[in-house]
Amino acid sequence: MSFTATKFAPSPLPLSSTTPRSNDKPLSFSFDHSKANPSSSSFLGSTRKLLRFRAPAKPRSSSPVAAVLLQQTSNLLITKEEGLELYEDMILGRFFEDKCAEMYYRGKMFGFVHLYNGQEAVSTGFIKLLKKEDYVVSTYRDHVHALSKGVSSRAVMSELFGKATGCCRGQGGSMHMFSKEHNMLGGFAFIGEGIPVATGAAFSSKYRREVLNQADADQVTLAFFGDGTCNNGQFYECLNMAALWKLPIVFVVENNLWAIGMSHLRATSDPQIWKKGPAFGMPGVHVDGMDVLKVREVAKEAIGRARRGEGPTLVECETYRFRGHSLADPDELRDPAEKEYYAARDPITALKQYLAENNLASEQELKAIEKKIDEILDDAVEFADNSPLPPRSQLLENVFADPKGFGIGPDGKYRCEDPKFTEGTAQV
Amino acid sequence: MWGVIRQKTQSIRPAFSAIRHFSSAAKEITVREALNTALDEEMSADPKVFLMGEEVGEYQGAYKISKGLLDKYGPDRVLDTPITEAGFAGIGVGAAYYGLRPVVEFMTFNFSMQAIDHIINSAAKSNYMSAGQISVPIVFRGPNGAAAGVGAQHSQCYASWYASCPGLKVLTPYSSEDARGLLKAAIRDPDPVVFLENELLYGESFPVSAEVLDSSFCLPIGKAKIEREGKDVTITAYSKMVGFALKAAEILAKEGISAEVINLRSIRPLDRSTINTSVRKTNRLVTVEEGFPQHGVGAEICTSVIEESFGYLDAPVERIAGADVPMPYAANLERMAVPQIEDIVRAAKRACHRSVPLVAAA
Repeated sequence: MSFTATKFAPSPLPLSSTTPRSNDKPLSFSFDHSKANPSSSSFLGSTRKLLRFRAPAKPRSSSPVAAVLLQQTSNLLITKEEGLELYEDMILGRFFEDKCAEMYYRGKMFGFVHLYNGQEAVSTGFIKLLKKEDYVVSTYRDHVHALSKGVSSRAVMSELFGKATGCCRGQGGSMHMFSKEHNMLGGFAFIGEGIPVATGAAFSSKYRREVLNQADADQVTLAFFGDGTCNNGQFYECLNMAALWKLPIVFVVENNLWAIGMSHLRATSDPQIWKKGPAFGMPGVHVDGMDVLKVREVAKEAIGRARRGEGPTLVECETYRFRGHSLADPDELRDPAEKEYYAARDPITALKQYLAENNLASEQELKAIEKKIDEILDDAVEFADNSPLPPRSQLLENVFADPKGFGIGPDGKYRCEDPKFTEGTAQV
Repeated sequence: MWGVIRQKTQSIRPAFSAIRHFSSAAKEITVREALNTALDEEMSADPKVFLMGEEVGEYQGAYKISKGLLDKYGPDRVLDTPITEAGFAGIGVGAAYYGLRPVVEFMTFNFSMQAIDHIINSAAKSNYMSAGQISVPIVFRGPNGAAAGVGAQHSQCYASWYASCPGLKVLTPYSSEDARGLLKAAIRDPDPVVFLENELLYGESFPVSAEVLDSSFCLPIGKAKIEREGKDVTITAYSKMVGFALKAAEILAKEGISAEVINLRSIRPLDRSTINTSVRKTNRLVTVEEGFPQHGVGAEICTSVIEESFGYLDAPVERIAGADVPMPYAANLERMAVPQIEDIVRAAKRACHRSVPLVAAA
């Protein structure tokens, strides 16, 4: 094999936003050639030996987002109300996921449970800027997106418990949170699957406005997905069509650097995902996904662009998941130094600090929020626990919007008209 | 997306019949070990064999099937791919065109949906379209079928989907012996093979003979195995459902019904001969599968028996399948949506006694 390792050497991952802040902590990854084992093969997977985590030596001054068309916003400050709202949403996301882990280990929920800890700044930074009519399309790591979009803790917790009171009556589960009321268009379990669906939602907004002349159809769609997805064809196909048709969508990459046990640097020829935006004729932005205020600033501009009909934006949020890929991932491949580095940049701690430093909130106010969320979650667990299981009859419901699709029974009538069908005792 | 490597609490114990051709219950290995050793031995025997897929290398396999192979064969032959099923399945097909023998792992067969174009249109049809000039010796393998608690997108059986496509061979191992013998056969086979494992069986242990453990061991593709002999009713099953059928046969035996359990092993080609010979002996047939009922494996078996042994049937064929609904998440609904041992027992009794009035099933 004649491939060489240099082919896989990336430029350092930049970490800076459009507006630098004093506490910027740029980060770079690099290959450590000195530690390369000369006898090891240079083919694909061999780069694993070359990957070393490196905390940054010195801040980078140059902005890597030259391709970005975003305008500078003049004021970073948030109001007190906004600050508290963000804090509450992030605390809700964090505490909810911690509660999920507890409930999973207590056997209250089952299957695959992928937690969002560490990435809260992305969900909160983006979704809290949306209107209720706007759409969110998520992945298998979808609990917190649903919560940020306004689905109640009770409904999400109940869904996870597999109860009839869940947001999908227990039929969807952890990876499939849907709420029509909140325009939460689902968690999708497969890599890349949600992106075309999100692009379709954005298409529908444009179609309604331009073909059906619904002047108020200015919904924006947010498509959330991870770094692993950015190697999948559906991502590129949709970047192309979204830019081609100027669709009102923001592609939000939650780059947590790992696709299960596959390092982003080992999976992607050019790890700077934001660069793929300009290649398709849309702005690409890299933002510190551990800083909710920076995320929010970028999100504001991208959502505004979409709403104004100026087309899509690709936003790469560099973030980190504090837990394994799922609750059963042994998480053995991530470097402890890397975990520590990001743990020290906890987005919730950072916001707390910002609020305190700028006298936007007192310690008591923040404590009160935490207490409130604790109570909400205790209530959600109690509610879920006490909720009924889905009845047997539910097994046959919802397969078709028109249940006649189940076909014609031996008596020549539609099977759904058989009383046994709704009793749940029909042959299936 | 994949999340858990977990052992299901419900255990499926194999039942042993006298017809096993090895006598002493020597050693037990898990299905996981059987697959791992089969891969290892075939890679060792033929340098053209390589493994590619998501997390097969450094992570040692999402379900640890490829454990140790990266260390042994290096990253040239155990390739971690990005999450691009369409891409790496197609790359596998292209590599097979030119003489390599790729084993492509899908983290689960649900993800093979993203690559189905290459499985059906590139792999299965090339030999025919090229008039036999280009064969595609590739194996697509990974867990298939209903898992536990993972909802509709992660819990379904693709046996009948792939088995309906000419040009593909579809294998469904149940025991450790099946896993070893069939995977080796699949890798050595000159045609594309879809190899459907079951996540819930990976941790199950089965006794294996010295013959099975020998590196030359291989099973023929297209031959079913009679797991338990009987004379009153034939039960066909594959993959995890073989264990259920054997359990059901035990229960039926206590009630005086002697059930013959056929482990299909191969869905395509289908061993019509073994099935029909058995039905001509027992005169009754129950088919069991986890997949959806309509146009399923049971439907094909039923047709074969109607075509070849109609006059021998003493009762209508009973078909046990998954419910005709996407897999629900809630545990109580999920249990109702997949076949249970008692469903098989009930159907076998119906076939034998006709004690339950005929209900036109879906």
